[in-house]
Amino acid sequence: MSVTAETGIIGGIAAKFRTCPATGLKVDLAAERLIKANAVAAIVFLAIGGVFGLLVALTRWQAVHLLPSDLFYLVLTAHGLDVLLVWIIFFEIAVLYFASAILLNCRLATPRIAWVAFGLMMVGALLANITVLQGEASVMFTSYVPLKAPPNFYLGIILFAVGALLGCFIFLGTLVIAKEEKTYEGSIPLVTFGALTACIIAVFTIASGAIILIPTWLWSLGYISHIDTVMYKLVWWAMGHSSQQINMAAQVAIWYAIPAILLGAKPLSEKVSRSAFLMYILFLQLASAHHMLVEPGISSEWKVFNTSYAIYLAVLGSMIHGMSIPGAIEAAQRGNGFTNGVFEWLRRAPWNNPAFAGMFLSLVLFGFLGGISGVVLGTEQINIMLHNTLYVPGHFHATVVAGTTLAFMAITYLLVPLIFQREIIWPKLAKWQPYLFGLGAAGISLFMMGAGTLGVSRRHWDITFSDATLSFDYPPAAFLMLGLNGMSAILAAIGGGLFVVIIVASVLFGKKVDASNIVAALGPTPQKQMSDAVKSYGNAGTFHLPGTYILVAIFFTAFVLYYFVNWKYLSELWQLG
Amino acid sequence: MALTSPESKIWWNLPIGRAELVWIVIAFFWGVFMFGMMVWWHLEGNQNLSNEVYRISPAKFEERTEAFTEKYTVREEAGMPVAKPEPGAEVYMLSRLWEWWPILELKKGQTYRLHLSSLDWQHGFSLQPVNINIQVHPGLEHVVTLTPTQSGEFSVVCNEFCGEGHHTMVGRIHVVD
Ligand code: HEM
Ligand SMILES: [Cu+2]
Repeated sequence: MSVTAETGIIGGIAAKFRTCPATGLKVDLAAERLIKANAVAAIVFLAIGGVFGLLVALTRWQAVHLLPSDLFYLVLTAHGLDVLLVWIIFFEIAVLYFASAILLNCRLATPRIAWVAFGLMMVGALLANITVLQGEASVMFTSYVPLKAPPNFYLGIILFAVGALLGCFIFLGTLVIAKEEKTYEGSIPLVTFGALTACIIAVFTIASGAIILIPTWLWSLGYISHIDTVMYKLVWWAMGHSSQQINMAAQVAIWYAIPAILLGAKPLSEKVSRSAFLMYILFLQLASAHHMLVEPGISSEWKVFNTSYAIYLAVLGSMIHGMSIPGAIEAAQRGNGFTNGVFEWLRRAPWNNPAFAGMFLSLVLFGFLGGISGVVLGTEQINIMLHNTLYVPGHFHATVVAGTTLAFMAITYLLVPLIFQREIIWPKLAKWQPYLFGLGAAGISLFMMGAGTLGVSRRHWDITFSDATLSFDYPPAAFLMLGLNGMSAILAAIGGGLFVVIIVASVLFGKKVDASNIVAALGPTPQKQMSDAVKSYGNAGTFHLPGTYILVAIFFTAFVLYYFVNWKYLSELWQLG
Repeated sequence: MALTSPESKIWWNLPIGRAELVWIVIAFFWGVFMFGMMVWWHLEGNQNLSNEVYRISPAKFEERTEAFTEKYTVREEAGMPVAKPEPGAEVYMLSRLWEWWPILELKKGQTYRLHLSSLDWQHGFSLQPVNINIQVHPGLEHVVTLTPTQSGEFSVVCNEFCGEGHHTMVGRIHVVD
C-alpha cells in the first residue's frame, strides 16, 4: 500500500484510517475495504448478467435466433436476477457505505457485520444462480405463482435480501455515529440525504420481499398448499417496483455528486432538492400497481391512485431533479467562466471525462426515454395496449440500464482514484466507453419499445410461432425492430465489456494515486475560474440559466406530445368496458 | 456543494429561485392533469378494463366453457371448435397449457361479454394485431365487455410466460361483418 494508515479516533473509537489527499477526509480503512468488495462483486455480476442479456437479445433477433427455447428461458431468468437484483444492489451497498462513512468523515458502524452482510449476499446470489443454471428454475426472476422453482431459488434471494437489509442498517448506524460524534457540521450533505432516501425505501421493499418470498419458499418446500396469485404479485412488486425508487434515489444522488466533484456544482436550492427526495419516500405508495393495471380482481380506483404515485407526486420529485441537476451544472459552468451564449456551458463541459459523460447521458436518456415512457406505460388505460409487450423491457432498460447502470459506471470512474487509489488505465479508451454503452442501451430501449408498440410480447422465444397449431404473422417492422435491438445489444455489450475490463485492469495495474496526482486522476475537468456570480446560491436574484430552461422546455414538450399520441392510439382500439 | 453539508445552516429558509418555482408549479399541474385524464376516461372513454370479476374453480370454468362451446360450435378449424355466439351473448374463452380454447367468431360492431380465466398457470391474453392485453389468472373469472370495431382474422398470443410451450400458445378470434 502506498498510503500509510494511521490509527486514531474517528467516530468515537479508535480505527485505522488514511487521510484522503484530495479532500482531507479521514477514510476509514474498514469502510474502504467493504466498498471495494461490494463494488467488485457488483461488477462481476454485471459482467455475467450482461453476457446473458446479449444472449437473450441475439435469440430474439429472429435471423440469429441463437439459443434453443429451454436455454432462452433459463438465460432470461438468470439475466433478470443477476442484473436487476445482484449487480444493482451490491453496487448500492457500496454507495451507501461511501455516502455515510466516507462523506461524513466517520468510521463505518460494525464492519464485522458488514462482512456478514456481504457474505450473505454473495452466498444468496450464488445459490440462486446455481439453482437457475441447473435448469429447474426457469420461472423468470419474478417467479409468478403457480410457476414453481426449487426451494433454493427462493432461499438464495431471501439470503441476498437479508444481507442487503443488514447493509441498510449499517448505513443508518453510521449516520447515527456521525451525528453523535459530530464528525460533520450542520445537516448531512445532499448526496448522503439521497442515499438515506434510498436506504429507507430499501428497508420497506426488502421487508415486502421477505413477506412474500418466505411463504413462497415454504410453499416450494411443500409446507404451504396455496399462494394467491394476485396477492403474490401485489406483494412481490411492492419489492420489485418500489425498489426501483431505490435505484432512482441512488442514481439521482450520483447525478448530484459527479458535477459536484468535477465542476464544483452546488444544488440550486438545498430545500427544493431535498424535498424532491422526500417525495420519493412519501408518495412511493404501492408501486406494484404498475404491474397490475390489467389484472382482474383489483379495482380501478386503487389502480389509478397507486399507479400515479398519489397524483404523480413522486413523478413531480423526478421532474424537479430534472431541472435542478442541469441547472446546477449550468450555474457551475457559468461560474467557471463559460458564459457565452445559451449553451457554451454545455459545449465546454468535460465530455472527454467518462464520469461526466456517463452522468449526463444517464440523466438525458433516463429522462427522455425512461421517464416519459414510464409515465405513459403506467397510465391505467394506455397500459392495455402495452402490458407484457416488449415495450415494458424497453422502458426499463432506459431507466435501469441507460439510467442507473450508466450512472453507476460513471461514478466508478471516480471511485477508482478516490477509493481504490488507482489511476484509470487507458484513459483514451475510457473516454469512449460511456458513449458506446449509452448508445447501445438507448438502442435496446428504443427498439424494444418499438417492437412492443407493434404488439410483440416480452419473454417469448419465437415470434414466428413455428411450433404452434395456430399462428400469427407480426408485421415485418417487428422483425426489423428485433434485429436493430440485437445490433444495439452488441454495442451495449461491447460498451459494458469495455467498462469491466478498464475497471478491473485499473484496479489491478493502474498507477497508484497520491497527493501529487489525485486531481489529475479524476480525469479532465474544465479550467476553473471562479467568479462571484455563483458564490452565493439560494438567492433568486443571482443566476439566470437560459440553457437549462430550454432543455427543460424541450423535455416537457416531448413528454406532452408523446402522452397525447398514446391516448389517440388508445381511442382507436376496440371498445372495452 | 452536494457532497458536503450545506454552507448555510439554515438552508430551509433560503428563498427558491423563480425558475425552479415556475417549473414546480407547471410539473405539479401536469401531474394533476394526467391523473384527471385517467379518471375522465373512465367516465367518457371507450377503452376501460372492466372490474367485473368472480372467484371460480378451474373445473367449473372449464365446464361452463365446454357448455358454451357445445351450444355455439359452427365448424372446426385446425382441430379446434369455432364457436359463433349471438350478439350480446356471454362468451367464454379458457386458457391452459398451452392453448386458448375455443376459437371464436364474433360480429363487427356487436358487444359481447367475454369471460376469461385460466385452468392452470397465469397467461396473458394478447389480442393481435389489435394489441389489447389482459392478464388471466387461475381461479378468477374476468368478464370483459368487448366490441370489435374491425373485421378480419385476429390472434390471441400468450404474453405471460407459462413454461416451455409458452411460445406455441396462440388462439384465434374471427370478426365478420
Ligand atoms: C448488454 C446489456 C443488456 C442487454 C443487451 C439486455 C437485453 C435484454 C433483453 C433482450 C431482454 C429480454 C426481453 C424479453 O424477451 O422479455 C432483457 C430483459 C431484462 N433485462 Fe436486460 N439487457 C442488458 C442489460 C441489463 C441491465 C444492466 C439490467 C438491469 C440493471 C437489465 C435488466 C433486465 C431485466 C430486469 C429484464 C427482464 C427479465 C424478465 O423479463 O424476466 N438488463 N434484457
Ligand atoms: Cu400461456
